[in-house]
Amino acid sequence: MTIEFDNNMPIYLQIMNYIKLQIVTGKLGPGEKIPSVRELASELKINPNTIQRTFQELEREGVAESRRGLGRFVTSEDEKIMTIKKEMAAELLERFIGGMRELGFDNGNIVKIVSDSVEDGPRETEGNQSGPTA
Amino acid sequence: MDPLLELDSVNKRYGKKVALKDVSLSVGQGRIIGLLGSNGSGKSTLLRIAAGLLVPESGSVRIKGRRPGPGSKALVSFMPDRPQFESWMTVGDALDFQRDFFADFDADKSKRILEFMRLSRAEKTVSLSKGMQERLQLTLALSRRAALYLLDEPIGGVDPVARDHILDALVEFYEEDSSVIVSTHLIADIERIFDEVLMIREGSLILQEEVEQIRLNSGKSIDQLFKEVYAEC
Repeated sequence: MTIEFDNNMPIYLQIMNYIKLQIVTGKLGPGEKIPSVRELASELKINPNTIQRTFQELEREGVAESRRGLGRFVTSEDEKIMTIKKEMAAELLERFIGGMRELGFDNGNIVKIVSDSVEDGPRETEGNQSGPTA
Repeated sequence: MDPLLELDSVNKRYGKKVALKDVSLSVGQGRIIGLLGSNGSGKSTLLRIAAGLLVPESGSVRIKGRRPGPGSKALVSFMPDRPQFESWMTVGDALDFQRDFFADFDADKSKRILEFMRLSRAEKTVSLSKGMQERLQLTLALSRRAALYLLDEPIGGVDPVARDHILDALVEFYEEDSSVIVSTHLIADIERIFDEVLMIREGSLILQEEVEQIRLNSGKSIDQLFKEVYAEC
């Protein structure tokens, strides 16, 4: 896996988002084993302590669980995975709506632009929607 | 438990020039620490004092609670910013020399690092490029199973690709219960591997903080913060 890191943001948050994305898109299946701290550290070329922290946070959020002596696994609860998906969508939306309001669009206009855009397929107006990609 | 490295009010002068001014710090186990500062800010002096190669004028230095001496040197692996091998040596000779000097030299690990660095024992050290010399230096330092690694500018003279390779080696071969202090003025390329950074300016320690905390609190990269801090002077 590769992540383009943004040095202005805590790296553990970027790795968390990356792993969540893998889970939501099914690249890491429910109940699947997550690479070890050491493996991920040398793969992403990141300090092992940072990876450790990432995993602790993922466990705290219930996204991953560790089984003694066996390693860490993606949660097998479909509901939890759905929740992650919704949270990630909410974040995207929040950024999008914030950006649209900054451009001066009101709620009605935002809804119209979105629905037009969805019907026509992707248009150029979507291109400048920036943000961390991890 | 004693910290790995502890400096208390350390002062050092070269003639009239102040090199370190009242430096106190403490380094715990299992951390990769960036020692950041512009040229001449006192980074090398600090590392040399921690390595027991320089004696401070005042203040105390403790390595796992011990005063600097043969006992502490056995715990500390120091990589100087200049080659420490002789011109007659091959890469193999340099490694054998290191092995004979240090009881914690790990032949197996050394072999793996050598391969990773794409160095061969038969090569003459004089014919190595600057980048390859740095790789050999790092190989020598990391081949030991030390408690504390002090690396003085390990990425100073190499191009960005080689730099990445050296950083990868660091992450790959550092022992989890040991700590590494890396001095550098090239921050953007290396900040992803740090736990915390020490910033030193004109001999004074001006900051010791966790890098993720800096990013979280300020929304800035370490590189950016560094530039702001040093632009003030």
